[in-house]
Amino acid sequence: MAAKSDLPQGTLDLLILKIVALGPIHGYAIAQRLQQVSQDVVQVPQGSLYPALHRLENRGLLAADWKETDTGREAKFYRLTRKGRGQLETEAKSWQRLTESVALILRLSEGSGE
Amino acid sequence: MNWWRRLWNRKKMDQQLDKELRFHLEEQTADLIAQGLSPEKARREAQIAFGGPTRIFEECRDTRGTRWLEDLVQDLRYAFHTLRQRPGFAVVSILTLTLGIGSTTAIFSAVNPILFQSLPYPDAHRIMMLWEMRSDGRPQQPAFATYFGEAEHTQTFDAIAALKPWQPTMTGPDQPERLEGQSVTAAYFHVLGIAPLLGRDFLPSEDTPKAPKVTILSNGLWRRRFGGDFGIVGRQIKLDDNAYTVIGVMPPGFENVLAPAAELWSPLQYDMTQGRAWGHHLRMIGKLRPGVSQEQGKRELDVTMHSLGQLYAVGYQTSGGPPRGMIVKPLQEDLTEGVRPALFAIMAAVSLVLLIACVNVTNVLLARSAQRRGEFAMRAALGAARQRLVRQLLSESLLIASISAVLGLLAARFGIRILIVLSPSELPRVSAISMDIATFTFAVGLTFLVGLLVGLVPALQASRNALYTGIHENSYRASSGHHRTRRTLVVTEVALALVLLVNAGLLLRSFQRLFAVAPGFDATNLLTMQVQTSGRRFNDNKATLHFFSQALDAVRQVPGVMQAGFTSQLPLSGDFEVYGGKLETGQTTAVKEFGALRYAVSPGYCETMKIPLLRGRFFDDRDTAGAPPVALVGDSFVRHEFAGQDPLGKRIQFGPGEDSYTIVGVIGDVKQTSLALSQLDAVYIPTAQWHWADGVLSLVVRSRRNPTALVGPIRKAIWSVDKDQPIVRVATMNSLLAASEAERHFALVIFEALAMAALALAAVGIYGVLAGSVTERIREIGVRSALGASRSNILALVLRQGMTLAVVGVLIGAVGAMLTSQTLVSLLFGVSRLDPVTYLGVIVLLMAVSAFACWAPAWRAARVDPSITLRAE
Repeated sequence: MAAKSDLPQGTLDLLILKIVALGPIHGYAIAQRLQQVSQDVVQVPQGSLYPALHRLENRGLLAADWKETDTGREAKFYRLTRKGRGQLETEAKSWQRLTESVALILRLSEGSGE
Repeated sequence: MNWWRRLWNRKKMDQQLDKELRFHLEEQTADLIAQGLSPEKARREAQIAFGGPTRIFEECRDTRGTRWLEDLVQDLRYAFHTLRQRPGFAVVSILTLTLGIGSTTAIFSAVNPILFQSLPYPDAHRIMMLWEMRSDGRPQQPAFATYFGEAEHTQTFDAIAALKPWQPTMTGPDQPERLEGQSVTAAYFHVLGIAPLLGRDFLPSEDTPKAPKVTILSNGLWRRRFGGDFGIVGRQIKLDDNAYTVIGVMPPGFENVLAPAAELWSPLQYDMTQGRAWGHHLRMIGKLRPGVSQEQGKRELDVTMHSLGQLYAVGYQTSGGPPRGMIVKPLQEDLTEGVRPALFAIMAAVSLVLLIACVNVTNVLLARSAQRRGEFAMRAALGAARQRLVRQLLSESLLIASISAVLGLLAARFGIRILIVLSPSELPRVSAISMDIATFTFAVGLTFLVGLLVGLVPALQASRNALYTGIHENSYRASSGHHRTRRTLVVTEVALALVLLVNAGLLLRSFQRLFAVAPGFDATNLLTMQVQTSGRRFNDNKATLHFFSQALDAVRQVPGVMQAGFTSQLPLSGDFEVYGGKLETGQTTAVKEFGALRYAVSPGYCETMKIPLLRGRFFDDRDTAGAPPVALVGDSFVRHEFAGQDPLGKRIQFGPGEDSYTIVGVIGDVKQTSLALSQLDAVYIPTAQWHWADGVLSLVVRSRRNPTALVGPIRKAIWSVDKDQPIVRVATMNSLLAASEAERHFALVIFEALAMAALALAAVGIYGVLAGSVTERIREIGVRSALGASRSNILALVLRQGMTLAVVGVLIGAVGAMLTSQTLVSLLFGVSRLDPVTYLGVIVLLMAVSAFACWAPAWRAARVDPSITLRAE
């Protein structure tokens, strides 16, 4: 099994928002996508995806409709609301800032801290 | 979806959630099968990857934010179910809390408008009551001169107004009616900040002696006497034979806190040239400008007062000398000052009863949770979190409290009515006492507090035991903490009851002492009423005097009347009139000044009242208008002013004017304002010899038998002289005596009721705890008797256990009573707040009640049959 990495607080929400932003998608597909895109580095127990989805829905960042899948089954499709899009942008930006500054710190060479 | 919709659609949402999760699992399984796994294996793999479906289902539900409410409903349903299983327990708890919540709510509703709500005027905090400060620092009623000067010069007050009672008789097509009203200066309504609903307010020009007579009506009078006629403004009505033009009608909600009974107002119409400018008979209010402090206002009024005192030195001298300064007090504080100590004491007392009720119910809940230990242990073992158990028990106690609150609110409605009936007349704002939003909010808040209070201790204890002891029944270790809690509660209860009983006892003793005080006259079979002259012909002094002497003669003819007399001031009726005077010492240089109560009385008054004559003579028919002026003086006046000299034959000047009166007799002191207050000096003058003829006198009649039967015949006798003269304030002297102590009596009645409730609750509480502990220890008692303990041994054991708790409670309570009785000091009379008799009596009473409550469980314990209890194991 690939090395698992615990997700920092709130990161799962950001990832979900990003994936849903690409187009309406159901829960199972989100789980698949997460695994594929992150090349199995990000591993969430698939079930814990759902509380996150419902939380985002209740906060009005996601909306959902029941629609038929390609295989003709009924599934709950999530899409991004206007509020969700705004949230995604701000969260993505702050994530960027965080990672950049963390990267900067990590690049410090051993002796330069004197 | 918003919170409400999520709550409403929760069933449908659960179904959809289930469908969504199932879809995930099935898709996953299908994918795995496509990858070549067997269906069996694929399903298992999918489930492992997914995690526990139940937990995820719950977590998703939790995100809706409606969970707590769903749980609450579930808890309440369960609580309701358990209460129904044990109706006896439920009824006892609910009745106890109903008593507590009901009485507390009723008292709160009475106290809230008086002590806490601001007066019903805009910017009420800026309205001040203004008194003159006498040279000894005490307040006195302002003179018109003071009002006039202060109102003219003030920069710190928006407006200042003066007021005094006014009781005109309205005549017209209907029956003549004596009305309660007020004479006020033009700015009165402006100070209160309330404008008439119809018409207009008084103009300053209408408040001058020669101005046309105008009046403003209360909304009640307008509806009652004029049928709410909108054309009333501008019409004329007849008051005391004078035509008054109605210029306005006040709004319906207007509450006139300064004279709640007043129904109409007219301008005072004084000016500085009148002699009455110097009498201290007005009240004064003022509204501070925004941002001006009470101290700034006072400083300015003091400065003005000082210059007024110099300017009008001569005038002020006729009424006891110029005031030292002014006293400025918020109107609310001034109005409530008198009743504040009583109300706070009552509030404290009712809180104690509530606390005792809470302790009782806590005890009952504890006993019950001990019985349910097995159930809790089972639930804990099945995975119920401690938090959840606590919540379950709390919802039970909250349910009990809520049911009690509903019943308590109903009871409070009746309680409030009783309170209003009982309330002393000096209780301000009685009309504002009602079940309003504030009362309701208070009751709801109180209910939550009580529910948490009575539930928390048992809940924490039960849940802790559940976790520690598992399902072991009768674990002694676990129940020892539990016993300690219950013993603590009994001690608390006894202590609280003692505090309340001691305070009630102190009040009772004060009351007894107070009524043992001699008022200075004989109140039995004494009837009093106020006779007033009304009409223009009484502007003449002679006509007034003639009317009263004729009326007195007529009254004396009534069968059953033994003696009768008139007085300008009736003791204990609220009358209070003080004038300044000078002692003529013989040497022209040394003049001694004094202040004394003025009584203008007819011959026969002192005899009727049975005021004892100490020296000299009473007034008699010789003392007419033309005869040499004479005076009687009270005993304390002689002690203060003559210090051992013989006062008879000495001459005094009294009141306005230069006439001097010769002292012809010394009589006993009479309590004028209250039985509790020490004596003020008094001077009696014959009505015919006073500087003017008083238009309002009180008649006192000594009858052979029950005096109330004479009211009709006496009225008729007076009206046979002149049928238009109003007779008001009819009362027996005994009822005046009682009314003068109404405030103490009010506090006493409530305290007694609360103390009885506390005593009963404490007895029930002690009994409950001991009975419970006997039941729990039945096996131990069985073992003891099997080992040879006699019945009396066991009786003594249980009694000792119960009485030890009572003694500890009594000791703690005695200390508490010593501390809390401080708040009652102003209501006590002739009794120390540490009065040993009261303390001892109450302790004996409480111990007796405790012993009684212990006896039954002890007796039951002594009857335990060891063979049965031991076999039960």
